[in-house]
Amino acid sequence: MTELSSAPAGDNLSASPPTGTAAATPAPPRRRVRDSALIRHLAITALAGVVLWLLSLWLTPFNDLRLANGAYYFVTLAGLTLLTGLSGQISLGQGGLVAAGAYTSALLMANNHWALIPALVASVVVASLVGGLLGIAAARLRGPYLAGATLAFALALPGITDRFAGTFGGENGITTNAPVPPTSLGANFSPERWQAWIACLAALVVLLLLLNLSRAGTGRTLRAVRDDEVAASLCGINVARTQVSAFVVSAACAGVGGALYVEISNLAAPDAFAVTLSLSLLAGVVLGGLGSLAGAVYGSIVLVLLPNWSTDLANDLSLNQQVSSNLPLAFYGLVLIIAMLAAPRGIQGVVLTVTRWLRSLRAGPPDTLTPAASTPGRIDTDTSTGGEG
Amino acid sequence: MSPYLRVFTRGGFALALCVALAACGSSGSGSSGSSSTPGVTATSVTIGSHQPLTGVAAPGYDEIAPASKAFFAYINANGGINGRKINYIYKDDAYDPTQTVSVVKSLVLQTGVFGIFNGLGTPTHTKVVSFLNANKVPDLFVASGCLCWNEPTTAPYTFGWQTDYTREGKILGQYIAQHFAGKKVGYFLQDDDFGMNGEKGLDDEIPASSVVSRQFYQPGNIAVGPQIAALKAAGVQVLVNFTVPAYTALEELTAFKLGFHPQVVTSNVGSDPLTLAALLASYSKGAAGGSLINGMISDTYLPPFSETGNAWVQLFTKVHAQYDASAPLDGNVEYGMAAAYTFVAALKAAGKNLTRQSIVNAVQTANLAGPGLVPYAYSPTDHSGFIGVQLSTISDNAVHPFGTPLTTDDGTGPITPYTTPQPTPSSTGVLP
Repeated sequence: MTELSSAPAGDNLSASPPTGTAAATPAPPRRRVRDSALIRHLAITALAGVVLWLLSLWLTPFNDLRLANGAYYFVTLAGLTLLTGLSGQISLGQGGLVAAGAYTSALLMANNHWALIPALVASVVVASLVGGLLGIAAARLRGPYLAGATLAFALALPGITDRFAGTFGGENGITTNAPVPPTSLGANFSPERWQAWIACLAALVVLLLLLNLSRAGTGRTLRAVRDDEVAASLCGINVARTQVSAFVVSAACAGVGGALYVEISNLAAPDAFAVTLSLSLLAGVVLGGLGSLAGAVYGSIVLVLLPNWSTDLANDLSLNQQVSSNLPLAFYGLVLIIAMLAAPRGIQGVVLTVTRWLRSLRAGPPDTLTPAASTPGRIDTDTSTGGEG
Repeated sequence: MSPYLRVFTRGGFALALCVALAACGSSGSGSSGSSSTPGVTATSVTIGSHQPLTGVAAPGYDEIAPASKAFFAYINANGGINGRKINYIYKDDAYDPTQTVSVVKSLVLQTGVFGIFNGLGTPTHTKVVSFLNANKVPDLFVASGCLCWNEPTTAPYTFGWQTDYTREGKILGQYIAQHFAGKKVGYFLQDDDFGMNGEKGLDDEIPASSVVSRQFYQPGNIAVGPQIAALKAAGVQVLVNFTVPAYTALEELTAFKLGFHPQVVTSNVGSDPLTLAALLASYSKGAAGGSLINGMISDTYLPPFSETGNAWVQLFTKVHAQYDASAPLDGNVEYGMAAAYTFVAALKAAGKNLTRQSIVNAVQTANLAGPGLVPYAYSPTDHSGFIGVQLSTISDNAVHPFGTPLTTDDGTGPITPYTTPQPTPSSTGVLP
């Protein structure tokens, strides 16, 4: 959120009655709601939780699995969007950090029989450490050099699993047991729904933490550094430390993502974390809308559904196997190019444009009082926000 | 500036989430039947598989599933089994365990297949065994010789098919110990259960003092120079490969370049001569070919296509000409058809009232007979497939079996000759 000045009922996820009334009431209550960002964020998270819970009950097991995958992508994309959108550093190495988290979880669960939650915490710690080291190197680099360094990281990490095949299982990977739903849920409770619940719960926790972080001083510091490093350091901000901390937070998210991947697939194998993962994650945040958590949600939906659609398309065209197996990647690239031309700010940008247009229809021509400060759809802003409104 | 609209903006992504998931929620529902067996109707049975149609294991192995499908088409044209046509859906997993997991989950949970048939690969299929058994999905005739498929207590729905790598390793190992006594032996193994199971069998027969070097490769990493150089440096005179075809070819080419010419012994799965000849020609840009593998020792559990008088060879050749003519007439095609035959026989034995449990019972108790040179081990306590192999040599792009078929167990039991003649197929491909 750029500033809180004109935000009424906050980032509520839908037009539910309480928010509607809160928004309609006069100034004093608005002020109270506005000031308690934490409560607002809790409400968003709780509402999202209810929506996800109802969804999970209604979906088939296969789509519960997709929901779980969506949560995995959301967590990873949210970290990346914070890094790239909020602190302005580009990373092509996010897949490597996901791998660090995934292998930590898989090793601890398979070899030492750790439970899911401690393993998840360990994944976060390990991924954060790796991310911190990467961040220290990254803070010295800019633009294409930073992209190159992180790309090298993403390329090299899967190779380590082959080099130390005794520990990491080589191409064969490490297998863990699927989480078993508690018997209190009934004998016929599908394991996929249980996996979706775990993944969504983790995603909600990450959502809440990131909402608060981007709203708090940390978020403002990150934005200050992103917009002008010199100005930020004149204000007393330690630029390098801020950039490293952004890497650590983003790596922690990737660590959660890695642990969730293991929880969903019960496998950590190098092919899952090939450089294509890092590239598709970056494509996901860009397609969703860089710099906003809403964009991360859109991005995760795209990453879950797009490969299916493109595979179906390839099958329908009944092409040669060598062509059709590569078609999904080509399709991916095509969508990205089209998105860059037609909607450079991603899906979130389109949503904002459409709603602003609707609003201007309602309010008539004199409505010029919607500067960047009142882009309520954004949970936080990105560089391109300034140009609109 | 309506507050309602503003709230709507914020709720936009929640709405999008609901719409997107609603779209996929409705498209996926209705795939699995209610009380009836998934994938089974009065007139059809739908089965699925994961196969390496692209990637390192694709050369050769990508012919297997089309050959199976061709055999099913032949059976369907002859009226199907118990009034049901077989619908076979196979998907590419690129020999990548990660993709195997998603492909198999989509086949079982979304497509709603009756069972998984002939899922290919050790590193790949091991990742879905617990999922399939937890969901009580028949996991029939895995296309891999790993011992992992013979776990009737923990994986009651999983069955192997081809001779397991330990039995094969024992028989190859005994031959090496008898005919190359005192020679220095080296192993070149895939670094997973495929290689380890083979190594276990070899070690059972070959004196440990003879084995001077053990080298491993990771599927996907095509730089095998260091391993082959290490084998050469150790003075290896007999080299045993437990490799997929691409790595047999890489080993042969690299050894040739290094001037390293041991007697090569290769596991059945990595020794199909036509596949190797094509790979050698492709990797060397035409400079090498099938002549490089002349004299290689291997083994087989199916009558090779070179034995044109064999009734099974005649049946498969006929189906090949009718339904799969674009593929070469090689070991992979025969493998796909023979595995398909086994499924057809199991389906027939399971009877008209087909359920997931009934086909598992049929495989365990029906004494299935088929195109093998040796029988299957199937019983309620044993889920491994063929129990032995016949040794063979490779020359002039063909497999030439010699001696009698040999059988053994996957422990330390003896190796014994098997002399019972093969059963013969009926005209429609299914035993009466």
